[in-house]
Amino acid sequence: MSKRKLVIWGKYLFLSLAALLSTFPLVWMFVSATNQSVDVLGGRLLPGTHLMKNWSNLLRNTNLTTAIYNSMRNASVATIASLAVCSIAGYGFEIYYDRGKDFVMRILLLSMMIPFAAIMIPLFMLVGKLNLLNTTSAFVLPTMATAFLIFLFRQSARYFPREIIEAARIEGMGELGIFFRMYIPVMRSTYATAAIITFMGAWNSYLWPLIIMQSADSVTMPLLVSNLIAGYVTDYGVLMLAVGVSVLPTIIIFLLLQRSFAEGIISSMS
Amino acid sequence: MGRLKLKTKQNLIGWGFIIPASLFICVFYFYPIIRALILSFQTGVGVNLKYAGTFNYARLLQDSLFKRSLGNVFIFLLIQVPVMLTLALILASLLNDGSLKLRGFFRTALFLPCATSLVSYAIIFRAMFGLDGLVNSLLMNLDLISSPINWMGTPWGARLLIVIALTWRWTGYNMIFYLAGLQNIDPAIYEAGTIDGATGATRLFRLTIPMLRPIILLTAIMSTNGTLQLFDEPMNLTNGGPANATLSVSQYIYRLSFQYSPRFGYAAAMSFVIFLLVAVLALFQMKVGDKR
Repeated sequence: MSKRKLVIWGKYLFLSLAALLSTFPLVWMFVSATNQSVDVLGGRLLPGTHLMKNWSNLLRNTNLTTAIYNSMRNASVATIASLAVCSIAGYGFEIYYDRGKDFVMRILLLSMMIPFAAIMIPLFMLVGKLNLLNTTSAFVLPTMATAFLIFLFRQSARYFPREIIEAARIEGMGELGIFFRMYIPVMRSTYATAAIITFMGAWNSYLWPLIIMQSADSVTMPLLVSNLIAGYVTDYGVLMLAVGVSVLPTIIIFLLLQRSFAEGIISSMS
Repeated sequence: MGRLKLKTKQNLIGWGFIIPASLFICVFYFYPIIRALILSFQTGVGVNLKYAGTFNYARLLQDSLFKRSLGNVFIFLLIQVPVMLTLALILASLLNDGSLKLRGFFRTALFLPCATSLVSYAIIFRAMFGLDGLVNSLLMNLDLISSPINWMGTPWGARLLIVIALTWRWTGYNMIFYLAGLQNIDPAIYEAGTIDGATGATRLFRLTIPMLRPIILLTAIMSTNGTLQLFDEPMNLTNGGPANATLSVSQYIYRLSFQYSPRFGYAAAMSFVIFLLVAVLALFQMKVGDKR
């Protein structure tokens, strides 16, 4: 019996250690935002008194408000546009299913095999040719339609009762009306999942904005944070505060909507 | 006749619903990958390009920096992915125990790193792993090392750092997949296993792993795909250094295209190699995964 107890203690010890290691870097980052650079690099574990000083330095030396605004705008537009285009497509593939559409869906799924690194140069040239550098459109367009989101909405449309559609048709409702007034309200949770995944992905996106956002006015949060380490002297207190500002929205979303977030990730495997 | 017309009309509306998204995917996925293939047979600076046959591919074979970056990525792949997936599997099977207290807390804590952007966590790790930094002083206080480890100044220190960072960020993510898979397994199978005397390790190898095989395969493919395209971490954590010991292929493509005088043709050849590698490795893993 005592061996059994030992195993149970071992389990808890292992899990606690893993949980500590998982959360510690984030906690330490928030603590370090209140310290001066020397103390951050020296590994100080206690909160300090430099929060306001770091804050005023961050505001003075970077375009923080511009970056927050740009990131918010880019991520919001990307989320709304993606959800609109992909949800109606997913619905269309399932509700009006036929051989032709099934074939198209199979082709679209192939796009999931294409790594971004393989297409970033042609994409950049395309965006340049369209004169869209430094714009939200350039940020949004390449990831507006993804096979993953279309697939997600197609799966959820599968569980949408056909009787509702038939009844609405008999009452003379148009096809578009059925989608907007029947499907969307019922599928709120799918929309929430898709919105969280898309918003977080867009908010955290780095390589694509790094290529296309070349003017100071179009800087986004990840670019701002990354630019801080490119200078000759990096103030690590200010840096940690900038990191804190950039992760705070996603951490809040995560803690509030963890269930939807996990469901969203998992639904990608079906 | 009227009914047929109605069906045709509905069918057309259906096409109307799917065409915008399909067009976007054609323009922003299929067109660029074809364009990348064409570009890879051209040379020149910027947009002044001319056809040069397989020149770029021949040059790739000679490029020691390309080989180095590809080697680095494979080092990460071979060390990090197995460690991470094993860890995720162990954590998931521990968390799947219904009698475990604080389950929700553990799950949230282990999943939390996923809420952090890649740039952000790379920079946090950069601050923690300095020469006089937090991790070195902790390790020295615990008497685990006698002198500080030069994480970012030595090739294997920097590689290990990337591996540690990647494992921190992605273990919880993979764990969530395994947890979902485990919850779909009928508990009766486990009970039967326990009655037959299967415990601990036997249970893991004989029951859990075989039944999770499709999900393990999926996570392996996703991790391979992600590692081959690694960019944000070496860029912000080690800047590819020291002496290109952590340079990734994506980072090299980025340098070639956007930092030096742009060599789009050559970079496109490299991109296309990544595309082929991702496809080939995914197929290979599917084959191996099916056989076992």
